[in-house]
Amino acid sequence: MNLDYEMLLLRFGEITVKGKNRAKFEKAALAHVRSLLRFFPKAEAIHEYGRIYVKLNGQPADQVIASLKNIFGLTSISPVKVVPSNLEEIVAAAVDFVKKLPQEEHTTFKVHARRVFKGFPHSSHEMNHLVGSPVLSACPQLKVDVHHPDIELRVEIREHVTYLFCEVIPAAGGFPRGTNGKAMLLLSGGIDSPVAGYSAMRRGLEIECVHFHSYPFTSKKAEEKVLDLAQVLSGFTGRIKVHLVPFTDIQTALAKSGQDNLIITLMRRSMLRIATKLAEKNGALALVTGDSLGQVASQTLASMNVIGKVTDLPLLRPLVMTDKEDIITLAKKIGTYDLSILPYEDCCTLFVPKSPSTNPNLRIVENIENGLTELENMIDAAVQGTETVIVKPDEIIRKKPKDEPEVVQEQWF
Amino acid sequence: MKYMDYAATTPPHPEVARTIADIMSLHYGNPSSLHILGEQSEQLLKKAREVCAGALQVRPAEIVFTSGATESNNAAIKGAALQFMNRGKHLITTEIEHPSVYECCKQLESLGWEVTYLPVDERGQVTPEQVCAAVRSDTVLVSVMHVNNEVGSIEPVEEIGRRLKQEHPRVLFHVDGVQGFGKVSLSLQDSGIDLYSLSAHKLRGPKGIGLLYIREGIKLLPLLAGGGQEAARRSGTENIPYIVGMAKALRLANEGQRELAERLRRLQAALIRGISDLPKLMLNSTPQGAPHIIHFSYPGMKAEAMLHMLEEEGFLVSTKSACSSKKSEPSRVLLAMGRSMEEASTGIRISLGEEHTEQDIEQFLAALRKAVARMEDLKGRG
Repeated sequence: MNLDYEMLLLRFGEITVKGKNRAKFEKAALAHVRSLLRFFPKAEAIHEYGRIYVKLNGQPADQVIASLKNIFGLTSISPVKVVPSNLEEIVAAAVDFVKKLPQEEHTTFKVHARRVFKGFPHSSHEMNHLVGSPVLSACPQLKVDVHHPDIELRVEIREHVTYLFCEVIPAAGGFPRGTNGKAMLLLSGGIDSPVAGYSAMRRGLEIECVHFHSYPFTSKKAEEKVLDLAQVLSGFTGRIKVHLVPFTDIQTALAKSGQDNLIITLMRRSMLRIATKLAEKNGALALVTGDSLGQVASQTLASMNVIGKVTDLPLLRPLVMTDKEDIITLAKKIGTYDLSILPYEDCCTLFVPKSPSTNPNLRIVENIENGLTELENMIDAAVQGTETVIVKPDEIIRKKPKDEPEVVQEQWF
Repeated sequence: MKYMDYAATTPPHPEVARTIADIMSLHYGNPSSLHILGEQSEQLLKKAREVCAGALQVRPAEIVFTSGATESNNAAIKGAALQFMNRGKHLITTEIEHPSVYECCKQLESLGWEVTYLPVDERGQVTPEQVCAAVRSDTVLVSVMHVNNEVGSIEPVEEIGRRLKQEHPRVLFHVDGVQGFGKVSLSLQDSGIDLYSLSAHKLRGPKGIGLLYIREGIKLLPLLAGGGQEAARRSGTENIPYIVGMAKALRLANEGQRELAERLRRLQAALIRGISDLPKLMLNSTPQGAPHIIHFSYPGMKAEAMLHMLEEEGFLVSTKSACSSKKSEPSRVLLAMGRSMEEASTGIRISLGEEHTEQDIEQFLAALRKAVARMEDLKGRG
């Protein structure tokens, strides 16, 4: 970006169709914008109907855009040139603006003027010509195409100042953070669940993560890895809670039941029960999983059916119809892929039977569970023993027993 | 005794020494071990990587810990040369590089690579134009030091990097940053630098530890194969106490850079004035060079004699760079700067650090004047 811009224009997407809730959505997005502008102290955000303007006041446009384009609820960002509202200055700025844009022999062009301030002496239609002709004579290789132009120069004439912009940089889209309620995300260390979490967050859900560990069968590194993944996700919203659930007792009890091919089904059912209880405790109204139809034995339609029976909360599966390749592409884009492929085992990959059932029978599964008289208590104990960690982009806050010294002592660094 | 040989090595910072002692006895676990001790060591390793990355303003994954700058330079140059043989076998460097770059290039030459050694001007600098003009279609890597270790000249690495990225984006750019970091500011992000070497012991950290910055997306052939540590870029069990010690030293050096540079500038100016006042001495450093290195020649006098005379007066300085001072040949760097054999064989380097004051410089100059007078007296008699 080699032009000096004074301002950014941030556009909202589908939230503008949301009637009376619109104010709430826009406010949430504005708060998110402001929280990221902390790192650019001179820039300020101004909210106007249906839009947010960010006055840069000298802060570098490309860096601010890079930071803001991950905000959910914004569809696009345009860097804006601001000039006083009089014809001469508008034309001069427009010529200067278009000249600096990359263009070739067949680049097509159009001016789209909008007279917001009706006191301005020239109508929008007149302005298209008044601005367009001098630009065309300054850039002779441009051709006019009013239907599908490569460069569409937008000119917004307001009472005192006029905005010129043409670049439209796509932003994250979706709904502003937390505007569609809260859900619990079952976060393993794999590729899919962080992507499912991202998709849910992009849709305006606040996410709390639930992770099951089977220490000593799983290593502490698996847990670190999950916290690292949550940290990447926290980059999109600023903060995320992670509930670490001790799952060892349940897993061993289920393993002892001797139903090798059903163990994954049984484990997943217990996990959903625990997640449901944690959802109630934390005021979440849905569960989110990374299931993708048919990907593994526990994600066949029959398995999903038997597993999903244990919860009465809506089970959201953002990736259910998505191909693995597309999930991987998105994981790379959001920055979770490299962490996900680290080789530490989580509890799902332990005790994996040789041939897990792809078509479990609900009655048999329920019978096994009824035989495990302690299962209900063990599930309650797991909920009780859950450790909650707060993860932010720059730190992980864990409650430690008081007598245990910090491993990483600040004084050493 | 005043230690004025900071370009050779520096006294460890007391806080760094404490960190290393604490961690060495507390956290001896191997970060690759799965048990609690290993896991704790890995946490320290991770934090140290973040702190180092923060000091360099790069991503943690771009930092590879090494045994020091010699290894970093070898890993960068040989790693790139071996990895990208399909692109060609031509390297570009300068005539005034540190031996760990220069000899590495010589070694590659003996193995069939071609190396262009760019000449420098009388101040010891190359120009971006020289670098760009030397690039050929088979050039794989350009390696230019940030600050010369003998005379302190600053190379225009930011401009070189930017020009290379514009005109020859496929050519990798390595910078030996050992003498620059903490004294002369440099932004790795904006200057097209792909590989950057650092050593801890020049920054009041421990010896035997350093790092190589490898820009994201660049893969080098690893010099050391083995257990796959450092994301398989440098195998060998990580030296956690030293790595954390280096992180602290780097952070302190980075935070104190501006203030230290300003202080050293004043001392440098005083030294340059004092040395210029002695007509027998010939200054090889310029006020535009790095603020901590001041180099002069004393034609007609054995440098070692001068060094020991200053030592008697309580000042420890250096002849040439520490790495080459055991040899008796003239300085390759000074010859490259156009000095005569005589001038290139009689160099003395003073290099300063945090501890030095204006009073120290006054006393040093007094000692220097005394030493020169004694030498001249001897010469007169002989």
